[in-house]
Amino acid sequence: MADPVPFAAIEARIDGILMLTEPPCDPVALAERALDDGETLLEAWLTAKGQQPTSETVEGFRLLALHRQGARGDPSFNAARETCRELVYLRNVIALYDDDAAEAFRHLRLQAMVLRHLSLFLGGKLVESGLGDFCCASRPLHDQARQPRVQQPQAAPVRAAE
Amino acid sequence: MDGDDLKRVAYYPGCALEGTGHAYNRSTKEVGKALGLDLVELENWNCCGAMEVKNVDPQVQTYLSARNLAIAEDMGFDKVMAPCNGCYHNLKKAEYDLAHNPHAAEVNDRISKKAGHATYQPGGVETIHALDWIKRAVGEDVLREKARGKLKGLKIANYYGCMYTRPRHIFPEKDKGPGSESTLKPHFMDDILAAAGAENVDFPLKTACCGGAHSLSDSDISTKLVLNILQTAEACGAEVIATECPTCHTGLEMHQVRAEKVLGRKTNVKILYFTQLLGMALGLSASKVGVQENLSDPSDLLRAKGLG
Repeated sequence: MADPVPFAAIEARIDGILMLTEPPCDPVALAERALDDGETLLEAWLTAKGQQPTSETVEGFRLLALHRQGARGDPSFNAARETCRELVYLRNVIALYDDDAAEAFRHLRLQAMVLRHLSLFLGGKLVESGLGDFCCASRPLHDQARQPRVQQPQAAPVRAAE
Repeated sequence: MDGDDLKRVAYYPGCALEGTGHAYNRSTKEVGKALGLDLVELENWNCCGAMEVKNVDPQVQTYLSARNLAIAEDMGFDKVMAPCNGCYHNLKKAEYDLAHNPHAAEVNDRISKKAGHATYQPGGVETIHALDWIKRAVGEDVLREKARGKLKGLKIANYYGCMYTRPRHIFPEKDKGPGSESTLKPHFMDDILAAAGAENVDFPLKTACCGGAHSLSDSDISTKLVLNILQTAEACGAEVIATECPTCHTGLEMHQVRAEKVLGRKTNVKILYFTQLLGMALGLSASKVGVQENLSDPSDLLRAKGLG
């Protein structure tokens, strides 16, 4: 299981944006921070799956490259494809509204909600890797999780390192 | 356009439309009638294998979907309409598997012979969704004329769910430029409801995962995902989320209630099948399109908008 800390910190930042009552002074910086957070979430998933997160970009964005990496060999990961693309799209829209603080703010809030969806989806997948599969597709995954592939001999419990 | 070909098509409702999605079945048939379209239900159809079967044996699932396609062909149809995203997806997937996977084709042939019916050969029947059916058989111009702006002033977030466009390779007709459906930003439901006068909001989660697969095994994940979809729709200004899949629809309704009960987060956006909205735009009553069967009660909103 990946370190849950990035999820909590990201959730807190999302809440922070959604609680703003006035447009922030630099919405583009916050929108780019949201992309960084998206990358952190995808990195957590890839690392948990034993992969080295790529530093490459797709269409100029590392977020999209990380998603593509995550989807390789795991089609259910594509359930987050448009979510990642929307994050990038909204960042670009926010950058376009450099002379309209209200519109930039509205889109920043939407971007935060899309980021929350990615966070929930990936957080959920770390618990239930079948998330994103269709109807009951999780059943064999649950079974696999419950049945260790190699039977281990009974041993005295070992306390994990703090 | 192939509008005339689609005026009379084979209809595969699937299991959900006989249960939780009954209002979708009812409204789809009523809309068809109102638009002069003819649905002929497949005789003795079976489950598409959407649920348990695919976990037991994916080839058996392919066979089950192929059997439905074989029935359509045997009844003289070259198009079958499946309104449920799961059924639509599985029939499309069977078509793809039979054309690309010799083992799937061999298993399908073996079981078909054992069951005593003709083996379905890929390419014989095209599977279409209810959205394809209405858009291609009727088109926006006719809808605009018949609906006369009845949905005017109604702000809608169109939610397609994740199975309508995924995986891309089983939908070869999508992403073919103007007029075709997009897998990145689907728009057929937007187009249909806009033709009926609705104001579609720009909704960034139209294909996002609702956690439907985990409604039973881990309800909290599903509730949080659905709550975010509902809150985002409201943040976009939507009064209604339009759906085109019984699983998505039930999930949104069920977890809207659960989010309020368990998380204390109430949302007011209403959830209606696009066929219910279109039916009311065509002058059908709310009860005729099964609104009373929905979990969320949209009657105040519908009254305020002069619908149903």
